[in-house]
Amino acid sequence: MAMDPQSIEKMIKEALPDASVRIDDLRGDGDHYAAYVTSAAFKGLSRIQQHQLVYRALQGRMGNELHALALQTAIAE
Amino acid sequence: MSDNPVFERIQQEIDTTPVVLFMKGTPVFPQCGFSAAVVQLLNHLGVSFKGIDVLSDPGLRQGIKEFASWPTIPQLYVKGEFVGGCDIIREMSETGELIELLQTKGVPVDAAA
Repeated sequence: MAMDPQSIEKMIKEALPDASVRIDDLRGDGDHYAAYVTSAAFKGLSRIQQHQLVYRALQGRMGNELHALALQTAIAE
Repeated sequence: MSDNPVFERIQQEIDTTPVVLFMKGTPVFPQCGFSAAVVQLLNHLGVSFKGIDVLSDPGLRQGIKEFASWPTIPQLYVKGEFVGGCDIIREMSETGELIELLQTKGVPVDAAA
């Protein structure tokens, strides 16, 4: 079961309201996405912790309905 | 930590082997593009590592995700510490942080790579 990019963006923004989120559908198949997330909430966190925040925002969908999400995070200035 | 018996096994693996990759398939025959990408990066750096196939063990496949609070596989561990999945390893390899980390942890790498 795939997820549409709007719901991915919405879930991330609900958890990280200041975040700027860009989602690319890598293969146009609704199943392989890349997400670029910039948020001030990442400040002081390791890369692992930053990704964990995003995974937590997706409430268990990552690795299940959401098969492939290449994630890149950055700290908002 | 919970009392999941799989955790004990994972802990033992990452305590006894300096570089461990939990992956889908084996280093010779990866069964997933993300696992294959990390294997390729490690091989390129000349790092010797132990690949553990989670597909052959459903308990381990689920357990490793809970162990690191990390929802995806592959997962790379260096000297007992979780380093990241495919995206993070790729990013660290591009910035040179991966070589730096391995060298800091005393893992032999092919510095010419």
